[in-house]
Amino acid sequence: MSEEETQDRGNTIEFVSLSAGGQGFCVEITSIREIRRWSQVTALPFSEDSVLGVMNLRGAVIPIIDLASRLGLGTTEIGSRNIVVVVAIGKRIMGLLVDSVSEILSVESETIRPNPTLRRDGGTSHVTGLLPVDDIMLRVLDLDALFANEAEEAA
Amino acid sequence: MTSKTVLAIDDSRTIRSLVSQTLVDAGFDVTTAVDGEDGVSTFQGTRFDAVITDINMPKLDGFGVIAAIRGGAANRKVPILVLTTENSPEFKDKARDLGATGWIVKPFEDRQLVDILKLVTGADNA
Amino acid sequence: MSNDTLRETFFAECEELIESLTEGLDIVASGDWDKETINAIFRAVHSIKGAAGAFGYNDLVTFTHAYETVLDLIRSDKLEISAEILRLITRSSDALAELVDTTRQEGSASLEPLADLIAELESVASAAKAESPPEPEFTFAPLAVMQIDPIELDKPAGPSGFTIRFKPHASFYLNGHEPRRYFTALEPLGELEIDCDATAVPTLDAFDFDAAYLSWTLTLTGETDEDSIRTVFSFAMGLCDLDITPLEAEDDSDAGIPDFIASTGIGLGEPEVEPVVLPVTAAKPEPAPVAAKAEPEAEKTNAPKAAKSSGNPVATTLRVDPDRVDRLINSVGELIINHAVISQKLESCGLGNDSEIMAALDDYRYLAREIQEGVMSIRAQPVKALFQRMGRVVREAGEATKKPVNFISEGEGTEIDKTILERLADPLTHMLRNSVDHGLESAEKRIAAGKPEVGIVRLSAAHRSGHVVIEVSDDGAGLNRERILAKAMEKGLVPPDAKLSEAEIDNLLFAPGFSTAESITNLSGRGVGMDVVKTTITSLGGKVGITSVPGKGSTFTISLPLTLAVLDGMIIGVGEETMVLPLSSVVETVRPSRRDIHEIGPGECVLSVRGSYVPVVDLAHLFGMRTAKTRPADRSYVLLDAGGSNIAVAVDAIQDQRQVVIKSLEGNYGTVTGIAAATILGDGKIALIIDSEALVGLVSPRRNTRALIELEA
Repeated sequence: MSEEETQDRGNTIEFVSLSAGGQGFCVEITSIREIRRWSQVTALPFSEDSVLGVMNLRGAVIPIIDLASRLGLGTTEIGSRNIVVVVAIGKRIMGLLVDSVSEILSVESETIRPNPTLRRDGGTSHVTGLLPVDDIMLRVLDLDALFANEAEEAA
Repeated sequence: MTSKTVLAIDDSRTIRSLVSQTLVDAGFDVTTAVDGEDGVSTFQGTRFDAVITDINMPKLDGFGVIAAIRGGAANRKVPILVLTTENSPEFKDKARDLGATGWIVKPFEDRQLVDILKLVTGADNA
Repeated sequence: MSNDTLRETFFAECEELIESLTEGLDIVASGDWDKETINAIFRAVHSIKGAAGAFGYNDLVTFTHAYETVLDLIRSDKLEISAEILRLITRSSDALAELVDTTRQEGSASLEPLADLIAELESVASAAKAESPPEPEFTFAPLAVMQIDPIELDKPAGPSGFTIRFKPHASFYLNGHEPRRYFTALEPLGELEIDCDATAVPTLDAFDFDAAYLSWTLTLTGETDEDSIRTVFSFAMGLCDLDITPLEAEDDSDAGIPDFIASTGIGLGEPEVEPVVLPVTAAKPEPAPVAAKAEPEAEKTNAPKAAKSSGNPVATTLRVDPDRVDRLINSVGELIINHAVISQKLESCGLGNDSEIMAALDDYRYLAREIQEGVMSIRAQPVKALFQRMGRVVREAGEATKKPVNFISEGEGTEIDKTILERLADPLTHMLRNSVDHGLESAEKRIAAGKPEVGIVRLSAAHRSGHVVIEVSDDGAGLNRERILAKAMEKGLVPPDAKLSEAEIDNLLFAPGFSTAESITNLSGRGVGMDVVKTTITSLGGKVGITSVPGKGSTFTISLPLTLAVLDGMIIGVGEETMVLPLSSVVETVRPSRRDIHEIGPGECVLSVRGSYVPVVDLAHLFGMRTAKTRPADRSYVLLDAGGSNIAVAVDAIQDQRQVVIKSLEGNYGTVTGIAAATILGDGKIALIIDSEALVGLVSPRRNTRALIELEA
């Protein structure tokens, strides 16, 4: 992915679209490190349901999280067709288990619609915007917000 | 104009760092030596525009350094500054008699050191 | 380089200097010292003083100054090293070490606690000075003002100008001065007119290269003052004739040439500034023979000193960012895991041990291990500095308790991982204080027992089968087991009717909340006990044990891994997962018979081990893993020492014992209760490393140590 340098010129943002829990999402390409096939993980005791376990990524121990479960969309049925999206959130590296990854999208920032369900109480939603692509609508995921708790814990 | 080269001889790593940092920032090229012997042998291999030496050092003390440089052949008239905590007239006279050019008492002010070095090396007064 | 880095450099250097100071004092104490020993001691203190001043650590300067003064008197044979003086300079060394520590941690330190010591140093110094003949140094006159003030170029206005008559002496040139540079320095002060008088320069055949023939009359017009001019010339004071007169005054004086110039003879044209640049003729010895003569001389003075100073070698060291080393250690760990993966894969392909590729792989393993050892050794440091610090601890403890004590350290060259070394200071301090405070008897009691009056506390380090073994021993009275047991019973740590073996009683010392001190002394009664020592050692992957012989003394033995990057582990199967138990907490593995296991509630069991009931932790159950073996008797049990109390861990399989590379879970995930870290197995899978101590609280918060040593009724 590093071959295609992120082009921020003229407010163009690159996203990777993926599906989890039957819904379409997209994640900014800058936070994605690599995309791998699912492989067996080592379970972690006392962990949240969404934490599937830890995996050996070239010597680093990284947690693998079921994105659907994390988003409250039920658990992903694990099979060899599943994809792990390795992301960097702050200083941490983790893998997100998703159903599939489809494409890289280059979009003008104006085309991103605000999430109308944004809370007004100051709380943050992990869906920061909506992106219509062809006939479907992708939810723009804010990974930092989604894993804010872990970030604090690990810091 | 090429940088003036200074040889700083001190057995204290801290002082060596302080001196070289100060002088490098001021545009000098600084070589350091860890004791008198090291200093004299370093001096013999390179042409320096000035030498700064401590007095209390292992192997060969600062007086020995001054005597060796002044008594040597190459570049024997290089300015030699003594940088030390010693402040007694006895020491100063001895150093001067041996041929020290100047005496700076630790702790030194950065600007003072730079000014003196500029004076003795004839580096830009800018 | 930032100021903080410089400060770090300073403190790191202080550490080394104090190390050589201590070393020097040890040599002096041994009696086998020479002048260079004293010089080295002096220089260490002197260097600290010099650098401390640069950072404005004035207290440090004050103290080192007082200390250095006494050392200087010793150095110049004005003060003899009596036992009393040796004690004074040793105490001062200890105090200096502490002062540096405090300054490092708090940015400054108070001299108040050292007031007495400083006063003592000063009185010793002044007494010694009074005895020695009067110092001639103050009679030297005139004072050569070579101490330089910042050259200030913007002094307030004065008269409108000066005439400067300047005649350098020969020494001016010999000392590396050059007139031209002084003129350059004067230029910013005003308009400068330079008039060179070269009348004194002789004909070439009479020319002396080292003599000075030139003089100058300078006219400086501008708003300046005499002080500014003198400041410029401050370097040359005593090396030249300098006469500065205001321009107004000039008219009054004899308008001609000042005396010192007037007396010099006929004029010659060209102002030659530097005598050295004059063309050399055969009239005088050429520089070359001079050089040939001078150089061997320089060598002569250096060479014997070099040979003599071999006892004080300058260690050439490389300063490396620890992160780089850590990355290297990590990569090497990967390399070793990678070897295991390849080896496993090849074996599963049916390649036998005698195949060529397996042989090549053996070389690979050998090389990887070699690299690992090499990399580990980068982080390794000798225990010497730590042991020297501990020497101070013992001496202080001896003074505080008024027990004469001799500190002996052995194996100072033993190397150990830097991180472990740093974390050993607290437990060792505590143990050594304990040894002096509780281990050693008072001098009277020792004499009564027919022992030498001075007690011995020994600290030793050695490498033993892949571990570092550190022993703290004393030649005191040994553990009073009766009292320990009584105390433990009183505190409810053991039931009143308990019958414990000697070893078990000794180990009560490490039980949480146990303190043998009958009265809380300043020294060891600081709210921490040996349990904290044990916890620290265990957290470093080490073990601590004790042996004691009544009347002869006690020995604490600490066994530590060589590095924190790897751990000796016992590989176990839990359900379908593979996990690792730190070998340091494993007491033994047990295959109990059915009647040794007692269910005492749903999912709760105790295991009877030689008469004691030990709670059973079912790891699979605890961690929510499926296991095929449900009957307690079908399983294996590992008896763990979990921070002062034993637990039995029920596992499905015990596979192997080996070193594993520790991988933190915290970086990318967070802490996991009951899990210390992770490691990567030969097949590339991750295995979790169990935190033995955390298990105790996890299983049954109701259980405490009291219940764990219950005896069979």
